[in-house]
Amino acid sequence: MTDIAQADIEALERELIAAIDAAPDEAAVESIRVDALGKKGRVTELVRGLGQATPEQRRTLGPALNGLKDRLNDAIAARRRAARDAALDARLQTERIDVTLPVRPEAKGSIHPVSQVMDEVIAIFAEMGFSVAEGPDIETDFYNFSALNIPPEHPARQMHDTFYLRPRADGTRPVLRTHTSPVQIRTMEKVKPPLRIIAPGRTYRCDSDQTHTPMFHQVEGLVIDRATNMGHLKGCLEAFATAFFEVDSVRMRFRPSYFPFTEPSAEVDIGCRRSGAELRIGEGDDWLEILGCGMVHPQVLRNVGLDPETYQGFAFGVGIDRIAMLKYGIPDLRAFFDADLRWLRHYGFAALDVPSLATGLSR
Amino acid sequence: MKFTLGWLREHLDTTATPERIAAALTALGIEVEGLHDPAATLGAFTAAYVVEAVQHPNADKLRVCRVETADGTVQVVCGAPNARTGMTGLFAPVGSTVPSTGLVLTAAKIRGVESHGMLVSERELGLSDEHTGIIELPAAPPVGTPAAAALGLDDPVFEVAITPNRPDCLGVRGIARDLAATGIGTLRPDPAAAVAGRFPSPIAVGLHFAPGTEDACPIFAGRLIRRVANGPSPEWLQRRLRAVGLRPISALVDITNYVSYDRARPLHVFDAAKVQGEIHARLAKSGEAVAALDGRAYTLDDTMTVIADETGALSIAGIMGGEPSAVTTETRDVFIESAWFDPIRAAATGRRLNIASDARYRFERGTDPEFVVPGLELATRLVLDLCGGEPGEVVVAGEPPDLRRRIAFDPARTGTLAGLDIAPGDQEAILISLGFAVRSDGTVIEVTTPSWRPDVMGAADLVEEVARVHGYDRIPALPLPPVSPVTRPAVSPAQNRVRWAKRALAARGLAEAVTWSFTARAAAAQFGGGDESLLLENPISSELDAMRPNLLPNLLAAAQRNADRGAADFGLFEVGPQYAGDRPEDQATAATALRLGAAAPRHWAGGQRAVDALDAKADALAVLEACGAPVDNLQVTTDAPVWYHPGRSGVLRLGPKALGYFGEIHPRVLEALDIAGAPIGCEVLLDAIPPTKVRPGKARPILDAPDLMPVERDFAFVLDRDVPAANVLRAVRGADKALIQSASVFDVFEHPSLGEGRKSLAIAVTLQPRERTMTDAEIEAVAARIVAAVEKATGGRLRA
Repeated sequence: MTDIAQADIEALERELIAAIDAAPDEAAVESIRVDALGKKGRVTELVRGLGQATPEQRRTLGPALNGLKDRLNDAIAARRRAARDAALDARLQTERIDVTLPVRPEAKGSIHPVSQVMDEVIAIFAEMGFSVAEGPDIETDFYNFSALNIPPEHPARQMHDTFYLRPRADGTRPVLRTHTSPVQIRTMEKVKPPLRIIAPGRTYRCDSDQTHTPMFHQVEGLVIDRATNMGHLKGCLEAFATAFFEVDSVRMRFRPSYFPFTEPSAEVDIGCRRSGAELRIGEGDDWLEILGCGMVHPQVLRNVGLDPETYQGFAFGVGIDRIAMLKYGIPDLRAFFDADLRWLRHYGFAALDVPSLATGLSR
Repeated sequence: MKFTLGWLREHLDTTATPERIAAALTALGIEVEGLHDPAATLGAFTAAYVVEAVQHPNADKLRVCRVETADGTVQVVCGAPNARTGMTGLFAPVGSTVPSTGLVLTAAKIRGVESHGMLVSERELGLSDEHTGIIELPAAPPVGTPAAAALGLDDPVFEVAITPNRPDCLGVRGIARDLAATGIGTLRPDPAAAVAGRFPSPIAVGLHFAPGTEDACPIFAGRLIRRVANGPSPEWLQRRLRAVGLRPISALVDITNYVSYDRARPLHVFDAAKVQGEIHARLAKSGEAVAALDGRAYTLDDTMTVIADETGALSIAGIMGGEPSAVTTETRDVFIESAWFDPIRAAATGRRLNIASDARYRFERGTDPEFVVPGLELATRLVLDLCGGEPGEVVVAGEPPDLRRRIAFDPARTGTLAGLDIAPGDQEAILISLGFAVRSDGTVIEVTTPSWRPDVMGAADLVEEVARVHGYDRIPALPLPPVSPVTRPAVSPAQNRVRWAKRALAARGLAEAVTWSFTARAAAAQFGGGDESLLLENPISSELDAMRPNLLPNLLAAAQRNADRGAADFGLFEVGPQYAGDRPEDQATAATALRLGAAAPRHWAGGQRAVDALDAKADALAVLEACGAPVDNLQVTTDAPVWYHPGRSGVLRLGPKALGYFGEIHPRVLEALDIAGAPIGCEVLLDAIPPTKVRPGKARPILDAPDLMPVERDFAFVLDRDVPAANVLRAVRGADKALIQSASVFDVFEHPSLGEGRKSLAIAVTLQPRERTMTDAEIEAVAARIVAAVEKATGGRLRA
């Protein structure tokens, strides 16, 4: 027979709940839990005491004690959560860094404008069915001149300011190619028409002043088939200029000119507007020369064993550095080859900016 | 080439404005480099009469003038000492812009006296530096006469660039003929007419050429004119020559220059008193000397043509006359020479003697052989008009070479080649207006070229003639027909490597540079180059006289320039050509990178470390991986080229083949190139990378991702310092190829406690069980195999 009364249980509950609510931290909550619900806890003892209770007492005290245990456990869990949150908040209050500090340095690399513009040019001409061809920088007289219908002592040779290497034992003198046109010959020797190629690369002229460097870059274009005429040349170059300068349309002017390896020949001007140092392509009434072109000369075709009565096509040559300067407003050609980091970072492009017509050539 | 509008109008009957003529020239392919119209810049200024000039009441040096101008009489305050009553000057009204200063004139009060406009000096009009007084017009033209007319400057000057294929346009008449073809005017009849000789020529002419060399000068003509007076040429001729940039010398010389610019017909005049016997053309004797008109002596060889008399060479044919036989103001009898010289010899002679003359310029482009004698007649007429005298008979040796070509021309070619649809009759009309003879014969027409057009060789040239006169602007733009419905790759795998290498290095923080393909020979020699065969004959400077054998010397120089500007801790790279020889196969593409200073700049989060050879190795591996090289299969050897530090460099090899080098640059190389600091570099030989295997599809192998947890075990081995880490790692991996997934080095250290010349290498090994979780015993067994393998391969023992 036990002497536990309902009133005592209620008093105990009030006492313990008050203690739990007042517990300052998790440890205090735990000590109250042990004190109440541990093996020798006060509530545990009461439950154990039920063994001596009468069945009637058990019927009332049992649920009462179970209810007490549940409520105490809930209170403890709630208090524990609250105490843990408080402790975390208190800790986080002490954990601070200066988020205004600069981040750890990561070097940012850059792509040279010449490389970027070459990639842009390739992206555009790829769209028109051209593929990329190459040739060596050190050329023979044959590929750089004779095969292109520029015989020795031809006045056109004087305009080329050719770099020569020391004469070989056999008396021939290699040259640094003065244009990318030798690639026309090398390609036509290897590949049967129809063909469409562009050949970007380094070219050399013995000239150095404000606007000339001894090395510069060109891209050659060549189309050979049975039907391509000057109208296609016009259409192809207009499409190129519109895409390259990323404008809705450009005005172009084809002026008759002379190159020994094309006939008819033309120089091409592009419409622009100059205001002070700024140049806008696709606007205005001024003209700016950007390239030379023409229909491949019959003699050049014969030189590579093609019959000019059957095959014909066009060729053009564009200065890559020049169109890079025009498009991106780069004032000085000589700086292209100086490798000044300030220049490379300012005028360079991000590694991830791979030109594509589908996503826009440039940002 | 320059000419004036007035000069052009002597050959071309036209009322077109200079601007319209300039546009027509451009459309024809005669590029207009400048059109200077004095009438336009001087348009605001007119002749004015000074009715009265009196002393300024408040200034000693000023005068107050009453000036009668085109717009009435005005008061002008003038400071010029020559301003005086009764003179005629040039007046700049209020609102006009003074050319020399760009300032707009306004009405002003000068020392209390109103002044409306200005009487101008030559300097103020931009005509000369003359500024001692205002312009005086002694001829006193009527008030209101435009300044350009009053000054005799009312003839606009065209400056045009003539392409080398158009020697006929090196004379004004040739340009006029082209313009006439467009319909902008009509070509006037040729005013040149023969002048009858009044006595037989006492001087004979001859051609003395050995067989096989006659083409050097197939025709040589001359004429003696007696009793001339060679003074200054008249004002109209002087003015015309000055306008096109020539200096008037004397009437006889000016006449030859005039005919040269008017008809592209170079002539030469000899003082007949200074020649002996027959005048003839022949090849020079080797070593023969000529004292030329430029005051210099030239030594000739036997490929060059000379004009000679009995005593020896008088002049360098087609290039420059000789001083001793030149005309002077004392010349009484003049012998005029007109000949045709072979363009190739003229070009070669001029190039070898390094003489650039108006005569060479025309002869090497090709003169009109049919105009040799007419040119002589034209010069005769001018000499008689300007210098008087009595003409002898023309003497001619040889015949003009027939340079005319007969071309069978199908007018349909203009459509198929130029894309222009022009009626055959219209095409014929264009050709005829340019001087071609045309004979129509069914669909194909037979065209004969004029003697002055050596450039026209075939049908394509005729298409150009028709197209440029018709107008290139009328060629319709056509799209290129597509070759495939979607874009196909334009770039080969080898070309793609260049792009991948560039973007891989830029992504690693390096800046791409483009440097010269040449370098200094001494620098090239440090990198295995500088061979005689790769030296430039004509470099722009001795610093750029050899083709580069390697990209490093130019990158090193660039790095030093940047360091000199204050840059620190940076990386540069270049992907480009290097040359082992002068054949195409000797050119290779290298991706070469250079780093200098610290691996990262100074910052708050940690210490700095200098870049070392392994940073260069990382750059090289990044390029190789980007280019598809099998980087896991590469070996590293320590036999890098001599420009690397022998102990801090390596070679990345695939089997025996070197794909790249990396390391510190050799201190001796740095010293030779005057480079500060300790740069590290790497170079990847892009052409050496084996091509990526072409697989039938693009599918990747199935992913191998076991469900079981990998097990990691660490080992520390003590071994000889010289044992390469790669050998240890290879031994570890070889201990159980199926189970060992990876092995890496996580610590290297040396300490006396390890023993002299010994080091400790700590390796982390990851085991990947595949069928079931490994037991401790199994793990221990693998560990024992690893230790045994390392000991066997390297002598290393597990650290106690």
